[in-house]
Amino acid sequence: MSKHLLSPLPGTFYRRPSPDKPPYKNDGDMVAEGEVIGLIEVMKSFTEVKAEAAGRIVKFIADNEEPVMAGQPLAEIG
Amino acid sequence: MKIRKLLVANRGEIAVRIIRAARELGLKTVQVHSAADVESLAVRMADEAVNIGPPHAARSYLNIDAILNAARETGADAVHPGYGFLAENAGFADAVTAAGLVFIGPSGDAIRTMGDKVAARVAAKKAGVPCVPGSEGRIDDPDEARRVAAQIGFPVMIKAAAGGGGRGIRIAHSMEEFETLMPQASAEAKAAFGDGGLYVEKVIERARHIEVQILADGRNAIHCFERECSLQRRRQKVWEEAPSAILPEKVRQELCASAVALAASTNYRGAGTLEYLYDDQSQSFYFIEMNTRIQVEHPVTEMITGIDLVREMISVCAGEPLRFSQSDVTRRGHSIEVRINAEDPAKNFMPAPGTVESLKVPGGPGTRFDTMLYAGYQVPPFYDSLLGKLIVWDETREGAITRMARALAELDVQGLATTKSLHQILATDPQVLASDVHTRWLEPWLEKNAHRLTQ
Repeated sequence: MSKHLLSPLPGTFYRRPSPDKPPYKNDGDMVAEGEVIGLIEVMKSFTEVKAEAAGRIVKFIADNEEPVMAGQPLAEIG
Repeated sequence: MKIRKLLVANRGEIAVRIIRAARELGLKTVQVHSAADVESLAVRMADEAVNIGPPHAARSYLNIDAILNAARETGADAVHPGYGFLAENAGFADAVTAAGLVFIGPSGDAIRTMGDKVAARVAAKKAGVPCVPGSEGRIDDPDEARRVAAQIGFPVMIKAAAGGGGRGIRIAHSMEEFETLMPQASAEAKAAFGDGGLYVEKVIERARHIEVQILADGRNAIHCFERECSLQRRRQKVWEEAPSAILPEKVRQELCASAVALAASTNYRGAGTLEYLYDDQSQSFYFIEMNTRIQVEHPVTEMITGIDLVREMISVCAGEPLRFSQSDVTRRGHSIEVRINAEDPAKNFMPAPGTVESLKVPGGPGTRFDTMLYAGYQVPPFYDSLLGKLIVWDETREGAITRMARALAELDVQGLATTKSLHQILATDPQVLASDVHTRWLEPWLEKNAHRLTQ
């Protein structure tokens, strides 16, 4: 059963550690528990978004640089 | 005045401040805004508002084409960039001018010269302004770097010539350490900026941050005295004063004269600030950089001089001559500003966006609150955390601190965490009262006083 990984905070979602780096994860990648899958920028301060459980990222729901609300789904984890 | 309609290319409290100044000058205002700022106070206050894009600043407040389109559509003839965003983007200043509009700031070339650390340093030296001892521009030869480091004396700071944002910075306390750190800094600079060039600068320990406000019309330049902003957290100012409480009068005169000389040498136009490090012990000041825009802490200067800096910068950039000569500018009393941020001091200043459930604004003599808050306002998470600036004035510094404590007690923002409690504690701290501080004073103080911030 797939689950949604939710944004812990309101802000801007980033899928890359910095603009010139590749994304943390792509659709279909495996993640370990606690592994970073993106960043949320809240008022110029960055918080890592970590997978709550191991699994496979079925797909990202939020785009890079998308504004998100707290509790909004960022990715679907299988 | 040759302009009629001013477009405000910024948001938050400074947009509100600019609209107020424009209105007093008889100008119409256009507020550009992102989709997240539809309900902002500036949008509500301005004569017209234009949505220029999504919340992410890169797609709205930093989108030069969208801003210029908004100016064209509304018939604005001038653009005020505020601070941050595009305020010090030389390309933006050029694009505004090329579109036939008035840029409320200096020319793109002046921004380029003063924005480039090496070029600014060269301009400062030429104008006779003392700089932090260091290398003349970039160094690519390790032997040259060793020679410069030995000459200026340790500790020295090794910085990337192409750098910014603190990346590539190393501090060496001895030649031995220098030998280890220099290749690391060069490699990091090469990786981050594609350029391994370095420069070397003396570390001024226990320095104060003192800056001089200037106003210029392209021909004449004057200063409006100094501000001291030594209380900083992560290089962000949190508490600012005018004048500096500790500066001897003779040094003040030399400092302010040096700022005017540098501004005059670049045919500067608008409001600007020259930042210096000041060493109490030797009573020496060193130019570090110039900010070619209005600054967050400008109100403390307004309070002690009675000059409306935002109104003046609009007026001189619209082609009016400076209305003041240096002898017209006098100072009286003492002013303090504290930054009220949406951050929780009890949780290591974690950002705290949210909805303002209720708001009580301080009032009374010598008290000013520059803010974009109103009851019911939803503070968006996409921009910086500044909610407002509480500014007080009194005849003496002691009186101003007492007044600040009184005003802080009146300020009541319900619905989100703010930095108010930090300032209440600072306003009773013996070292703050004695102005016995420097730029690295606040961070260790915060660690020691963490328990007091978590009530």
